[in-house]
Amino acid sequence: MDPKALSWHIEQAGPMRPRGRRGRRLLNRGVCAFSIASAAVGLLFLAWILWTVMHRGAAAINWTFFTHRLAPPGAEDGGVGNAIVGTLLMTLLATLLAVPIGLLAGVWLSEFGRDSRLAGIVRMFCNVLMGTPSILIGLFIYTVIVIQTRPPHFSGYAGAIALAILMLPLVARTAEEMLRLVPNELRESAMALAMPRWRVTLTILFRSAKAGIITGIVLAVARVSGETAPLMFTALNSNYWPDTMNEQMSNLTMTVYQYAKSPYPDWQQQAWGAALLITAGVLVTTLGARLILLTGRGRGARR
Amino acid sequence: MELTLSIRRRGLARWKPAAGLLIATVVLGWAAGALESRGYPWEGLAAWVVSLGSGIVLLMVASGLLAGGDRVFRAVCRLAAVGIVLLVLAILAELVANSMPSIRKFGIGFLFSTQWDHITGHFGAVSSIFGTLASTLIAMLLAGPLALLIALFLVELAPPWMSRIVGGAIELLAAIPSIIYGMWGMFIFAPYLQNHIQPAMNRWLGWTGLFSGPPLGIGLLPAGIILALMILPFITAVARDVFQMVPAVVKESAYGMGATTWEVTRKVTLRYGARGIAGGLFLGLGRAIGETMAVTFVIGNNHHISTSLNSSSNTISSTIANEFIEATDPIYYSSLVELGLVLLVMTMAINVIADLWLKRLGKSMGAL
Repeated sequence: MDPKALSWHIEQAGPMRPRGRRGRRLLNRGVCAFSIASAAVGLLFLAWILWTVMHRGAAAINWTFFTHRLAPPGAEDGGVGNAIVGTLLMTLLATLLAVPIGLLAGVWLSEFGRDSRLAGIVRMFCNVLMGTPSILIGLFIYTVIVIQTRPPHFSGYAGAIALAILMLPLVARTAEEMLRLVPNELRESAMALAMPRWRVTLTILFRSAKAGIITGIVLAVARVSGETAPLMFTALNSNYWPDTMNEQMSNLTMTVYQYAKSPYPDWQQQAWGAALLITAGVLVTTLGARLILLTGRGRGARR
Repeated sequence: MELTLSIRRRGLARWKPAAGLLIATVVLGWAAGALESRGYPWEGLAAWVVSLGSGIVLLMVASGLLAGGDRVFRAVCRLAAVGIVLLVLAILAELVANSMPSIRKFGIGFLFSTQWDHITGHFGAVSSIFGTLASTLIAMLLAGPLALLIALFLVELAPPWMSRIVGGAIELLAAIPSIIYGMWGMFIFAPYLQNHIQPAMNRWLGWTGLFSGPPLGIGLLPAGIILALMILPFITAVARDVFQMVPAVVKESAYGMGATTWEVTRKVTLRYGARGIAGGLFLGLGRAIGETMAVTFVIGNNHHISTSLNSSSNTISSTIANEFIEATDPIYYSSLVELGLVLLVMTMAINVIADLWLKRLGKSMGAL
């Protein structure tokens, strides 16, 4: 670091007035203790939440829970089988919609837009979309799809599209970041062999950024699959096995919402079971994706 | 001459699979619709998926096959990127369009009216905005300092192996779906607060006037606490990156002068990264302000303004979540959409500010 910058930092730091050594040490000890305590508080709450979900959820889980569909309160054979199927289907369709578009947008940001003004605008809008409350995405889809279809109806398609909108900026930004990490020499040598840009991107850049991009997509899928708010006004929920995606569609998160708010103990019990499924699914996927990235194959990855 | 001919011929050869894909896309897309309308929904769905996939492959092949393949590829990529911008604008436009009846009826007064009465049809946003801001404020007051202290622990105090584990665990808080926070808050945390914490707070802190009223467990305070937990990992992650970005030389020279860890943090690290940390706080703010499910479970959903943290309240997002489905009356519906519009404008402003302040940091907010 050059001396000029160093002196700037020292000026920023301001004068350090002499103070009793004892007081300073004591203060330092106090802050350190607080710091450790804060970390402990964070971990404590994490453990509390996870333990509650595991403990309460495990009691609800048995074979019928997976194989039967939602049932009225008091019924012996209620399960969340149809909700699992619905969540998986909507997440799958959302992924199919969001990944290609997100990847293309990421390619443009990293390969063509780079530091242009338009790229800056696109990045900013990506961040805005990422920060948009998911319930507003649901509202948007309600206004453009649910009430525009004839006759107006909730549908699994609408839910999947809402989830896809949530995924889109996540995929675009991670793709951009991962492609940017690919060394320029690779692009140059490929183009020196007269490879067109599109082939360079699709066959070489994607391959070398594969681990990072896949991790990013998996993390985005995990995050989206635990969302409730965007499904409230789009897919709603249903007690039946899905026959088509063109009608109200059962899903785990809305089931948790409706069952947890109900006054029936057996429904609440099942809500805990479904909550355990969602939490376990999301956490295992998230941890798995991070682990893949950590264990070597994540060449050119950030974390 | 020969060269151009051969290129053209090769180009022609590539047309065949592309034409096949084009036909497949059209046929399958049509078949999908037909199947679905005739009661073969699953076959219809499968056809849709294949049709979509072949369409995308087609796009890619098309971009390669044309003489200006790169230009097409570039244009397609650009379309996708610009599409995101258009999507955000479309969301904004759609919310404005749907809240028009309410905007026309109540005008600017919507933002200043405390009424929320769907029987007389008078709607105002004040109670929802108040609840949103109050719960967010509580969350920020709790999560801000906590996140900075945790970041300090991760960067300066903990040995690397512990830092990695604790840091990873804190990040897991962000992976837990918000509905789980809500359920835990309603069934576990609220009763705990009601029985063990709030009576003590009423006794010792009652004089502030912030804790009047019976402790119900639900209300502004638990909503704020749960929001704080939810945004904690975001602020911590940014703060940790900021702390790590301070050049070691600067810190070491301060340590060399005999400064303690706290002094280095306060006088060097925090000043060096003030902007980044502010950006991180805004990021957390943006998350907290729009959070729906967790808040809906514990805030009590009451259009009632009170300075007591024990009282039940509502936020913009919880109001929409609770009342939207029942809102059959056009003016009620459009008032709810206008509430959403207010929230959208708020989060947009916050995110743009966070974006500008984090830009210098080079920190992205992608999925990783």
